[in-house]
Amino acid sequence: MYDRQVRRRRAVLLALVACCLVLLTAYFGESSGGPLKSIQTGAMEVVAPVQEGANRALKPFRDLFGWFGDTLDAKAERDTLEAERDSLRRQVAELQVAKGENDELRDLVNYGRDGGLAAYKPVTARVYSRSFSSWYETIEINKGSSDGVEVNQPVVNGKGLVGKVKTVSDGNAVVMLLSDSDFGVSALAAKARQPGTILPVAGTSGDLLLELVPEAREVRTGDVVVTAGTVSSRLPSQFPRGIPIGTVNRIEGEGDLDRTIHVTPYADLRDLDFVQVLTKPTADARASTTP
Amino acid sequence: MTWNATSIGRLVAIGIVGGILQLTTVSQVAIFGVPADLSPLLVAAVGLLCGSIAGASFGFGLGLFMDTLLAQTLGLTSLVLLTAGYGAGRLRELRDPAHGLVPVAVGAAATAAAAIGFAVLQFLLGVDAPVSLLLLRQILMTIVLNTLLALPVYAVCRRVLAPFLPDDPRRRRRRAYTTGGLSPLSRV
Repeated sequence: MYDRQVRRRRAVLLALVACCLVLLTAYFGESSGGPLKSIQTGAMEVVAPVQEGANRALKPFRDLFGWFGDTLDAKAERDTLEAERDSLRRQVAELQVAKGENDELRDLVNYGRDGGLAAYKPVTARVYSRSFSSWYETIEINKGSSDGVEVNQPVVNGKGLVGKVKTVSDGNAVVMLLSDSDFGVSALAAKARQPGTILPVAGTSGDLLLELVPEAREVRTGDVVVTAGTVSSRLPSQFPRGIPIGTVNRIEGEGDLDRTIHVTPYADLRDLDFVQVLTKPTADARASTTP
Repeated sequence: MTWNATSIGRLVAIGIVGGILQLTTVSQVAIFGVPADLSPLLVAAVGLLCGSIAGASFGFGLGLFMDTLLAQTLGLTSLVLLTAGYGAGRLRELRDPAHGLVPVAVGAAATAAAAIGFAVLQFLLGVDAPVSLLLLRQILMTIVLNTLLALPVYAVCRRVLAPFLPDDPRRRRRRAYTTGGLSPLSRV
């Protein structure tokens, strides 16, 4: 009797482990439209309304807990924001001068651009769920392919870049955040005019790295980092040029090769209620293509 | 545990409600900079209450549910959680611990095992991004948070599964003493 129980227990354990390994192998081996991924998308579609309902119903509890945390952080945040405000005032003055020159130059080359994000056909979506693992930083939104959302389209909020669309079903989509370990986007340190690549640091959602910068010593703390946009007319980037990503908050290392540039994202990736998916991200590809 | 359609239904309900609660609420509330993770706590509680087979199966199912909803690599979370559930279940079968704080220790151990196991599997599968040492801090903070939540989660699971469980060890031992079954005085 005891032997039978032991054998049964071991058989169940082995069967479950084998199932996991088969699933892992099959998942890695199949293409993006494979059967497992289709099942995953279908299941997401089925459970999404329940999740969205639960998200709305439980929002007061989330807000209550959030209020405690926000109160604790408020003082430190106020000091930081005051320093940032002073710095931004100076930048506004500089930018107003630059904007005047820019408008004048645009008129000269007869190139009209409506500015903002309207040209990229933004679709506003509600965030109803988010992952809890440091390795997979994703959120789920209530807009999908029926709203024009497609895989790899950029996702922004009022503060800056949030991520890109990872998976789409009919009425929902999973968005890979900037801090997901698989994320990467070509970027530009705006003031130093240095291109690079923004990569996450696994385990720190408030920290990104600006890597592969040709002249890293030109980049300074406080520089704004934006998306670089298209660099080749043959392969237009899915990210429009000039979407703010974050600011350089510290630079480690002295030499050119070991210099590590840390960027703090503008978007608070832990506190997202609404985001916008840019469904026509290449709308201004002509403008941003470098010759 | 008594196995029938109702008990299995309740286990499934715990998994679905716990999973959705985790995704829609708990994961969006960061305390000490990290959100709590209910899944290893639920798996550890089910393992402790129902045994190793139930713990492993529940861990497998809950992991699959989470991986599916978050479009993650299928099988990864399942593998980690089924190990945690099996471990908690074996502890109950081998030691039958009676102390009231056992769920806290088991919940913390399950969270640590799940977090470290997940990290190891990620490294084995290859991580493109650099990994910060702050990840260790995140893991530690998650363990601390989960330790605080372990007892209420265990209590809820026990309440939901109570009709299908044998008496818990403390009550069993107390009854044995009062009825004279295990009392050393009864031998005199």
